[in-house]
Amino acid sequence: MGIALQIKGLRKVYDNGFEALKGIDLEVKEGDFFALLGPNGAGKSTTIGIVSSLVKKSAGDVHIFGHSIQTDMAAAKREIGVVPQEFNFSNFETVWDIVVNQAGYYGLSRSIAGTRAEKYLKKLGLWDKRDVASRMLSGGMKRRLMIARALIHEPRLLILDEPTAGVDIELRRSMWEFLTEINRSGTTIILTTHYLEEAESLCRHIAIIDGGNIVENTSMKALLRQLQKEVFILDTRDVITPDIQIEGFDTRYVDDHMLELVLKKGSSLNEVFVALNEQGLVVTSMRNKANRLEELFVGLLATK
Amino acid sequence: MTLAEQWVAFYTIVRKEIRRFLRIWMQTLLPPAITMSLYFVIFGALIGSRIGQMGGFTYMEFVVPGLIMMSVITNAYSNVVSSFFGAKFQRFVEEILVSPMSNNTVLWGFVIGGVARGLLVGLIVTMLSLFFTSLHIQHVGVTIGIVLMTSIMFSLAGFINAVFANNFDDVSIVPVFVLTPLTYLGGVFYSIDLLPDFWAGVSRLNPMLYIVNAFRYGVLGVSDVNVTTAFLMVGGFTVAAYAYCMYLLASGTRLRH
Repeated sequence: MGIALQIKGLRKVYDNGFEALKGIDLEVKEGDFFALLGPNGAGKSTTIGIVSSLVKKSAGDVHIFGHSIQTDMAAAKREIGVVPQEFNFSNFETVWDIVVNQAGYYGLSRSIAGTRAEKYLKKLGLWDKRDVASRMLSGGMKRRLMIARALIHEPRLLILDEPTAGVDIELRRSMWEFLTEINRSGTTIILTTHYLEEAESLCRHIAIIDGGNIVENTSMKALLRQLQKEVFILDTRDVITPDIQIEGFDTRYVDDHMLELVLKKGSSLNEVFVALNEQGLVVTSMRNKANRLEELFVGLLATK
Repeated sequence: MTLAEQWVAFYTIVRKEIRRFLRIWMQTLLPPAITMSLYFVIFGALIGSRIGQMGGFTYMEFVVPGLIMMSVITNAYSNVVSSFFGAKFQRFVEEILVSPMSNNTVLWGFVIGGVARGLLVGLIVTMLSLFFTSLHIQHVGVTIGIVLMTSIMFSLAGFINAVFANNFDDVSIVPVFVLTPLTYLGGVFYSIDLLPDFWAGVSRLNPMLYIVNAFRYGVLGVSDVNVTTAFLMVGGFTVAAYAYCMYLLASGTRLRH
């Protein structure tokens, strides 16, 4: 398995003196589904900007499938497709023209461009809107249009900068399915998102960037294993009282049918259910109080 | 990218640029047609009939080449500056910047778009002028050469303006406050032989004088200036503007952060 993206000592100082990246190293393997997370202003978009050539680096090296963006920029650009955070297409052009023209910028003939445009616009549910001016599209459609445009030259590395921001849950899930499908077909994906549930369910590896530094870079499984405790919400069929206690666990009464329970690393849910059975309580449903990755994310940023 | 792929990319930009100005023909093609028709009626037919001959031609015959050239200059310039600045403003210039196209392909794509609009408007104005006078082009090579070089030069200048523009005011400043006054004072409406020596000398510092007169020489066969000097001047400015545009693209000035 090759290396899709290799970043070494990447540094960026903007003209106003702000150091957005402080010499980061990052490696994304071919075929991976990689999450790049961090708070606002952490350096995610700067990193993506440098990789896609829209931002000039101050120091360091970036290689995309072995092509240096310094010495072999055209070849490197061919390998990547970028879906930026902000809409960046002409408001007056039709969906079709935007996608087909983008193919033209990569040197693809109009016949190939047409075939691919049809394929991706259909997959992303935009085929019926192909003759509509882009300004007439809804926010979700505009995001899908940017994905179709980024895929038109069939890059091996797709970078998505918060692709589901402002997208309703139904559409978000259909986008997840689509991204999973193209990842399975071999496209390496790098995703930044503020929806940590999204990163947890889609990505196999994760890097967390904060203040221009990479503060964590590991597999999603390894990261989740670092979790020291999880907080669950249990819904009970029977009425519970405010003084309810389960031996060995921290609990908190929420209301007559809802209980909050802290499960520390090393404990098991079986013990919880045994204790609840002994008290004659039947649990009808349970869920994490907060996303697991979110708990880790907040913890990491607080400590590093 | 291979040469064939670069050609596809170039063709894509040119096609997009031409479709853009044709789509908004009410803003791009109609206004110069109306404005120039008014010039022909007022300066050529109404006032011109009282002025009499200039440089051995009727006043209408004398002003037509300058007015055609004025249309070519302003439209070639405006097309590139408005299109490229619009792409910057709406950020879809990023579509081009992330692609593997060479800087030459990008630049010539926009320049040829500007040349196409300049030439089309020039053709429309020429056709309109035929309602008022007859044109017998004296030097076809000079006429075509100077109009092509001028439209390329001003398209490149429009590109430079677009790169540095921060808002739509910056886009209109040069056409309104530089190009139009220089063209008006560049011998469109008069021969500099009519001016006192001092002002004739000052006029010779205006590059528009050389462009307008070179075109007039191509159409009518007369000029206030040396036509070879005009070609050398336009050629020199074009090469300098091209080199600067390529520098701006290569360095990413005002395009890449």
